[in-house]
Amino acid sequence: MLRFIANRFLQGIIVLIALYTITFFLIKAMPGDPFTGEKNIAEETKELMREKYGLNDSVFTQYFLYLKNVFTEGSLGISTSKAHSVNEMIGQSFPVSCVLGITALLIAIAVGVPLGVASAVRQNSWIDYSSMAWAMIGICVPAFTVGPILQIFLAMKLPLFNVAGWSSPRDVVLPAITLGLVTTAYIARLTRSGMLEILSQDYIRTAHAKGLPISRVVMKHALRGGLLPAVAYIGPAFAALISGSFIVETIFQVPGMGQHFVNATKARDPFLLQGVVLFFGLLIVIMNLAADILTGLLNPRVRLTQE
Amino acid sequence: MSLLEIQNLKTYFHTRAGTTRAVDDVSFSLEKGEIVGVVGESGSGKSVTCHSILGLLPQPPAKIEGGVVTFDGDELLDMPPPLLRAIRGKRISMVFQDPMSCLNPYLTILDQVAEPILIHEEVTKEEAEQRAIEMMKKVGIRDAEKRARSYPHEFSGGMRQRAMIAMALVTNPDVLLADEPTTALDVTVQARILRLLRDLRDDLGVGVIFVSHDLGVIAEVADRVVVMYQGKVVEQGEVLSIFENPSHPYVKGLLACRPTFETKFRILPTVDDFLDTEEAEDGSITIIERPDVGKRLADLERESETNEADGSDLPDVLLEVTDLKVHFSSGGGFFGKPHEVVKAVDGVNLTARRGQTLGLVGESGCGKTTIGRAILRLVKPTGGSILYDGTKLLEVPPNESLSYRKRMQIIFQDPYASLNPRLTIEQALIEPMTVHGLGADRHERRDRVVALLEEVGLSASHLLRYPHEFSGGQRQRLCVARALALEPEFIVCDECVSAMDVSVQAQVLNLLRELQEKRDLTYLFISHDLSVVKFMSDEVAVMEAGQIVEQGSAEELYRNPKKTYTQELLDAVPRGDLESLQARFKG
Amino acid sequence: MNNSTNSDAQREVGNSLWRDAFLRMRKNRLALVSFWLVVLMLAFCFVVAWFCPNPDKIDLDNKFSGPSASHLLGTDQLGRDIFSRTLFGGQISLLVGFVATTVAIGIGIVVGAASGYAGGRTDAIIMRSVDTLFAIPFLVVVIVLQVVIAEWTKNASGWIVENWDWDKKLTSRIANIIPLFIALGLFGWLTLARIVRAQVLSLKEQEFVEAAKALGYTRMRILFRHIIPNTLGPTVVYATLTVPGFIMYEATLSYLGLGVEAPNSSWGILIRDGANFLETEPQLLIIPGLFFSLTLLALNFLGDGLRDALDPKASKD
Repeated sequence: MLRFIANRFLQGIIVLIALYTITFFLIKAMPGDPFTGEKNIAEETKELMREKYGLNDSVFTQYFLYLKNVFTEGSLGISTSKAHSVNEMIGQSFPVSCVLGITALLIAIAVGVPLGVASAVRQNSWIDYSSMAWAMIGICVPAFTVGPILQIFLAMKLPLFNVAGWSSPRDVVLPAITLGLVTTAYIARLTRSGMLEILSQDYIRTAHAKGLPISRVVMKHALRGGLLPAVAYIGPAFAALISGSFIVETIFQVPGMGQHFVNATKARDPFLLQGVVLFFGLLIVIMNLAADILTGLLNPRVRLTQE
Repeated sequence: MSLLEIQNLKTYFHTRAGTTRAVDDVSFSLEKGEIVGVVGESGSGKSVTCHSILGLLPQPPAKIEGGVVTFDGDELLDMPPPLLRAIRGKRISMVFQDPMSCLNPYLTILDQVAEPILIHEEVTKEEAEQRAIEMMKKVGIRDAEKRARSYPHEFSGGMRQRAMIAMALVTNPDVLLADEPTTALDVTVQARILRLLRDLRDDLGVGVIFVSHDLGVIAEVADRVVVMYQGKVVEQGEVLSIFENPSHPYVKGLLACRPTFETKFRILPTVDDFLDTEEAEDGSITIIERPDVGKRLADLERESETNEADGSDLPDVLLEVTDLKVHFSSGGGFFGKPHEVVKAVDGVNLTARRGQTLGLVGESGCGKTTIGRAILRLVKPTGGSILYDGTKLLEVPPNESLSYRKRMQIIFQDPYASLNPRLTIEQALIEPMTVHGLGADRHERRDRVVALLEEVGLSASHLLRYPHEFSGGQRQRLCVARALALEPEFIVCDECVSAMDVSVQAQVLNLLRELQEKRDLTYLFISHDLSVVKFMSDEVAVMEAGQIVEQGSAEELYRNPKKTYTQELLDAVPRGDLESLQARFKG
Repeated sequence: MNNSTNSDAQREVGNSLWRDAFLRMRKNRLALVSFWLVVLMLAFCFVVAWFCPNPDKIDLDNKFSGPSASHLLGTDQLGRDIFSRTLFGGQISLLVGFVATTVAIGIGIVVGAASGYAGGRTDAIIMRSVDTLFAIPFLVVVIVLQVVIAEWTKNASGWIVENWDWDKKLTSRIANIIPLFIALGLFGWLTLARIVRAQVLSLKEQEFVEAAKALGYTRMRILFRHIIPNTLGPTVVYATLTVPGFIMYEATLSYLGLGVEAPNSSWGILIRDGANFLETEPQLLIIPGLFFSLTLLALNFLGDGLRDALDPKASKD
């Protein structure tokens, strides 16, 4: 088990370095630099800034300098657009995204899993059809439609929540629902298909032959295997949820991490972009590992040794 | 009154394609402490009958259309679900075919064996587990205390089936429904499980309905036998009397078409030789016995005798395998730990003579399949040499190997997986000729394909069909035809009849025989079934754990095995012949 | 694909798996309705649209007018025809979905099949790379790639606009969105490569592939004639489910102001603009939103239906 984790950790570092390399060269391939677009700054000032941020060094030096800073100091650099430390910016926005993402995931699991299980157990019943229709709608209606609709009905027409902002605990609810909708839908669909697969297995017939009540057949014999596809999906999905969503943050004015991805790209801010991408990559690596460990706990046939 | 009585049971399947009468007016009964064998080929309705008793069929598509099942005075078919659940697993238990897929992989063996007690009786968990372990010991699981908390995948096939049986018997049921309980097991394991079932019947007085496709197994274990065919019971009675004196033509055919150690025929009689169907005006079908069956049997017997005469001087050696080794390394990846080496084939010597069949027999995992693949170079041998018609095959340069591919072919076990589902039969059979440049043009190749199809008992009307439109037996004929398309002289038959019903098996074996005589083919016939190997082979090699235990002429080896392993294998085979039956009941 | 010659005769006699699947599919009413809905949507956006009023014609005297003979579904805040704008927006959205999917399928099949068939170290390297690419936030990559590709293809697209003997406005529109197509396609193949690889790995062990080897077929023949055609079922299913995914990505990008640019518009842009008037003029959001969601629903249901129809388990009954 420990060797497995250590091994995966090593692989994770390789993935992160590869990830950094790809992002680095993608950014370098973009036309212009962070200051080309700024019309209000004199050319000399721009040149000074470039010097300060090390953008005039050779590509080679830039590549290794940043990598060295990450490894020796854990520093993700200074944002060229905001002139703040990237570590600080992530430190401020990540807790917000984390709260929002965890709430969204909890909603998604609490709603998605029971819906999926019920649909599978009562396949082709009205429960099945209606929850799968809702799941499909959840996948097909974009967040930027759901968000405003929720705002109008649950904040303006019925003043249950604030329209936007991030000051009271209640402000989590609307953005979390919006954010978690797609995840809920996917979890419900994956749980359903996973459960259907398991329920058609021979050992479920054995369980019936033993005279077990249906509830016990489902809970004790089918659920563990049936949840595996959903668990594998939840890992990376969770990483995406807690690293923020620009759209939800914009609609509900939440100071989360998603804004940095888009703003950094728009502003050609190389360090901020590399910083948030690396952070996201780290989350993905950790969550995939967590999903694998959970799968191993759920499934005795998977031994957690080397691959 | 019988313990379990099935009267006029009718179970139909209603699908979009129409209604299938899977079980059509079936009646039989089971007494306390009795073993009733239900035997039939796939689709005969034997399993469906079994499942109908406990209401385990998915409804729809299944629907019980009529009949009565009485158990200890209660009617089961109309019983409300909660009451039926109280009987399932408590008074009537069930054992299924494949113990791997029928045990829950996510729960420990102990959890599963103890579960029926916990559900049906008011006991503590400790007590239930204690009893479960007792029962596991009783069915022969050694170190039951220690191994009880293992998961199914950590058990061997035989141990899993023992666990299934323990799970079924742990509540002391009155009836055990065993649906093909030994079909997925090796013969030696099967023999032990059959003995166990008989002993348990004697100890616990449990009545057993034993469903099987294998008459040999039924003959070993059952007191009475019910023979089913197309959803109907065609004959039932005491085992001995049915084997001695079958009355129904189907049963006669079934008994005649299985090769046993004593079979004298060179060409097996088939079920079709015995029965004919007659369609009445209302669409109902009656089975009648062919009037000419006696003559046909006499012909086959005479033919066998004439063929036996020759064989004094041995033909020359076509294939000689020396010290063949195939080792696989498992594990090891990018950051690999040291590779584990599996010695699938470890120093094997074999000789096959032109125009003869070399049988290769062994239990699952012994490496017999790997040998066949290594000879065809589908896997790369680790060492040794293969001398084929004077050429060292492993030293043939790649650019010349194509001509040897043409001379050696293979037929696999699973005819469903052996044909590309996206190619028509015509495309599948023409392709090898195109690749090897046989036949002048498309027309000539097409004519040759038609000739091949006719040779294997199909016709030109099948040319444009896709594989999934054929039955299993037909598909295997197609595989034979495809192998023959290159006009090879040597064919590896890798378990090529193992997945078939006996009646179909007989047809395919006959086809292989006929082709061998006509084309002077040499076969390497690989199988786990000792009776079939005996029937097909001139020489037989017995294999265990990657090595050949002994090789010799078929007659000699079966009569006087030199090694204990061979003796064990031969003893384990359910004979299903009169002699051993009479010994069982009278001696 | 299977029937190179006398296909009529073959259809008479043999039922290929595709035909079987089609027959099963015909019994799935939801999938069938979805199929026709997609066809209808394509017909509306690519045929009917050309008979509608100019979607860019501003008519400030006619803001927010209700449905009328000249404006079937009324007008927006600038007096432009909503119906017409929705159909033309749909052109872009559907094009993005289908073209990007085609790109993704092409790459996915090649990479997945190569990886699975080669096996060993090659396979390990390719799959670890795919894992790495998965860890890059999709939106970031697409945004950056789009900019990079636009830079690289600037000259080419300029040339197309200049030299194509076509409607200038149309070509410039298309030239504008090509980088988006490529960017989406270049990163959308990852899942497909995994699916194809898994398929190839299991097909490789099938006995018909072993038989093909024993018959002396070359590796290329085995790969292209015996393995890849058998992966097409799951590929088609996944592709059907990818199209709505890409349409959604395009909408999200456009909503962020990073996707389709003026003079083009798409359902994403229409929805974004419509959201501003949600309280007073909800039809501005509802109409494009309805077209968008219906198309996505139909494509998803179609994909689900195809999966059920092609499921090998279903073919056994």
